[in-house]
Amino acid sequence: MIVGEQKPLAEIRELLGDAKKVLVVGCGTCVTVCFAGGEKEVGILSSALRMMSKLDGHPMEVDEITVQRQCEWEYIDPLGERLEEYDAILSLGCGIGVQAMNERFPDYLTLPGLNTTFMGLPEEQGVWEERCQACGDCILGLTAGICPIARCSKQLLNGPCGGSQNGVCEVDPEIPCAWQLIYDRAVKLGRLDQLLEIQPPKNWSTSRDGGPRKITREDLMLAEIE
Amino acid sequence: MTDEKFKSGSNLEKVLLAGHFAVTGELGPPQGADPEEILHKARLLEGIVDAVNITDNQTAVVRMSSIGSGVLAMRAGLEPTVQMTCRDRNRLAMQADFLGAYALGIRNLLCLTGDHQSFGNHPTAKNVHDLDSVQLIRMVKDMRDKHIFQCGDEIKAGSPRFFIGAAINPFADPFEFRPYRLAKKIAAGVDFIQTQLIYDIPRFREFMKKVVDMGLHKKVYILAGVGPLKSSGMARYMRDKVPGMIVQDEYVDRMVAALKGIPKEEKKARRAALRKKGIEICIEQIQEIREIEGVAGIHIMAVEWEAAVRPIVEGAGLLPRPTVT
Repeated sequence: MIVGEQKPLAEIRELLGDAKKVLVVGCGTCVTVCFAGGEKEVGILSSALRMMSKLDGHPMEVDEITVQRQCEWEYIDPLGERLEEYDAILSLGCGIGVQAMNERFPDYLTLPGLNTTFMGLPEEQGVWEERCQACGDCILGLTAGICPIARCSKQLLNGPCGGSQNGVCEVDPEIPCAWQLIYDRAVKLGRLDQLLEIQPPKNWSTSRDGGPRKITREDLMLAEIE
Repeated sequence: MTDEKFKSGSNLEKVLLAGHFAVTGELGPPQGADPEEILHKARLLEGIVDAVNITDNQTAVVRMSSIGSGVLAMRAGLEPTVQMTCRDRNRLAMQADFLGAYALGIRNLLCLTGDHQSFGNHPTAKNVHDLDSVQLIRMVKDMRDKHIFQCGDEIKAGSPRFFIGAAINPFADPFEFRPYRLAKKIAAGVDFIQTQLIYDIPRFREFMKKVVDMGLHKKVYILAGVGPLKSSGMARYMRDKVPGMIVQDEYVDRMVAALKGIPKEEKKARRAALRKKGIEICIEQIQEIREIEGVAGIHIMAVEWEAAVRPIVEGAGLLPRPTVT
């Protein structure tokens, strides 16, 4: 899932400027699951903004709404009718949600209330960690199911650098060395041979080729009726 | 362009090919544009080492480029080994630099992953890592032996012919994988290896035994990395704080013992005693490491203490350096 983290309240307050009436739009999918931008967080943030704006002498009226999925037109379209009432719209969706709002409602600027941090999973209650960088050319089949692109600080493809010690990365003892994990698992699965093959330079054109990456599936497109 | 019996024709290659026990050193470029520091350090190393590594933004701190510094060192009479990390350049920049470096007379190249930028003075920089060190070695080899760029296009206007080096760290983990990582670098086309600083000879010996069992020492020249300790604090710091290093307690203890009987206020005498002990230990290490099967030479890392290199090489009985034509 996409994992996000709410921006500091002061930054959000600054973004909203002197708006008198604000709509906070949450999202019911990924950012709900990671407790950053769902209905509950929309409620808490809205209360905080009301109190803060009252205290600083520019009271704000803050309305709340959470849509099922902020990144799909059909879920955000119904919002269109009410946006006129507001001086500012604050999205607690991920960066995709914020942009979907801006694209669908070009007359209104939707502001970001979250920092979209990564694609990952909850390792345990309250802890999320990145697992995928969407490089567009998955190599998990060659690396014992552990991704060195997302998890090695140097994105190495041919084994650990000289900074791996006692299972941790040279960058921070809190970061497990991805290649130690890969090595251990490859040994366990009897696939060490795979790690001895030289992996050629990666084709990064699927990862960051300039301009947004795009998938077109003609089999799924609606046929044009003549 | 180059004598065909050699890969590169560099002095280091010739010394190793002739079967001599090679000695290489290291020179850290200045954090500025003044060439004087390089010339000064070069004077301390001239005639003592077969080639000298010129570091590439070492520990991710911006310094004069390794190629620029290497050319200055060459003018001062040294043979440079230009270091190149995957951290700062993509494959286009690297290949362009190889063409330029070769045209300027550089013949040895050391292919490195590079320390992470978070250690240096630009921790918010974006790192590159378009290639890793194994892929870098292969690219340099293909430029030399197949006369092609990484993309496969033919190099029509003169191929760079480098003597290709890389690093290995026998003290990093997973320890069991380290010989295989070396095997990968050999398969990619590396000619010589320099190791991480050795302060745990038993572990290095264990590593080399595996290397010899696998027959890898016959496919690559391995230069063992050593460096003189300046103080017990430095030994302790490397033991406790530097990722990928192992320092046996013995070294810390011996540096502490070097100060025995010298009063605290006699700073000059204490410093001299420490330096003397550091050099003495380094010479002992070289003599011990030299006896290990598969070791083809020594790489002395005395960064910011270049003056120590002469007494070390001399003390180890490795002077004068051979002249090979």
